[in-house]
Amino acid sequence: MPDLILSTIASYLVPLIWVYGAYVIVHGHLSPGGGFAGGTIIASGFVLAALTWGFDRIRAGFDENVLGTADTAGVLAYVSIGLAALIRGGWFLSNLGAGYPPGIPGRLFSSGAVWLLGAAIGVKVTTTLYGLFARLAESQPAREGQPRGEPR
Amino acid sequence: MRLLLVVLTVILVGAMLSIVALGLPEFGTATAPTRNEMVRRYIEEALPETGAVNSITAIVFDYRAFDTLGEATVLFAAAAAAAAVLGTVRRD
Amino acid sequence: MTGSLLGHLNFLGAMFLFAVGMFTMLAHGNLIKKIIGMNIMDTAVFLFVVSLGYIRGGTPAIEASGPAAQYVNPLPSALILTGIVIAVSTTAFALALVVKIHARFGTIDADEMVRRMRSGPQ
Repeated sequence: MPDLILSTIASYLVPLIWVYGAYVIVHGHLSPGGGFAGGTIIASGFVLAALTWGFDRIRAGFDENVLGTADTAGVLAYVSIGLAALIRGGWFLSNLGAGYPPGIPGRLFSSGAVWLLGAAIGVKVTTTLYGLFARLAESQPAREGQPRGEPR
Repeated sequence: MRLLLVVLTVILVGAMLSIVALGLPEFGTATAPTRNEMVRRYIEEALPETGAVNSITAIVFDYRAFDTLGEATVLFAAAAAAAAVLGTVRRD
Repeated sequence: MTGSLLGHLNFLGAMFLFAVGMFTMLAHGNLIKKIIGMNIMDTAVFLFVVSLGYIRGGTPAIEASGPAAQYVNPLPSALILTGIVIAVSTTAFALALVVKIHARFGTIDADEMVRRMRSGPQ
């Protein structure tokens, strides 16, 4: 039975944290931040949700298979962007040397491959950090009378 | 007895590190070893060469993008090592 | 030993933090406290490397136009981004090992664990 105060406040805070983390990831090439900081912020939103409503509610939407697939998809996207640059005629993981459009500096969809790589790294950092936390926090054997996944 | 040895070791290591740190150039001056021509190239040519306004992101994702790939590998290795040690979550 | 003490305040602070972390790691028997000491030593190294790039009166290197002599060096910050992620990974793996040690030996004190290891298999 989740706590009433915690449940009310977290239901306002968690979407706000996710939107802020997505903002930091997408504006990585315009303001301080980038893939790593934004990924950590989104993972902390997941941690708050898991601590408030139990791990089983999170696992109903994001179980281990989904987290593992998103993790691998992030790294695969990173390497495919690099290989696409190799096919286009530049070197591995090149930006303007392979013909990615630089755009107008200061706009959201500028700077070629930089924001694509940032988004891939943001997804990978999010899933890895939340996966580590969930695996660490659920490895305790359950005490008698308490169902698994509920906060003690 | 062990506490005395630990305190002596920590004081010795701290003193050696501080003596070496005092030999560095002062904090905040534009000195030669940490600002060479690479820094000038990274700051001035980040916007024309990559199109990114933030030059730290331009360094991490364009000039040194291969190191970021290595860091993604380190994250994967940590997750795999933790999963190998802890095992799967038992659902009972 | 040239230079004044006040001029090198950041570097001396980083070395003091490193000594504090080393003392925390060596003087306690609790394994969690040892891991916290390792994390403090990592933070001290990050502080030292990032403060190598500062220039007095400099602005961050975002929208850099003009000569590069007035901007803070972005290169140490970019390298420490990788270092922070590696510190997190090391701490997570060490904590996973502590969980397994507690499940196997029933204690997280280092001396007690060695004593139970030496007193035979259980």
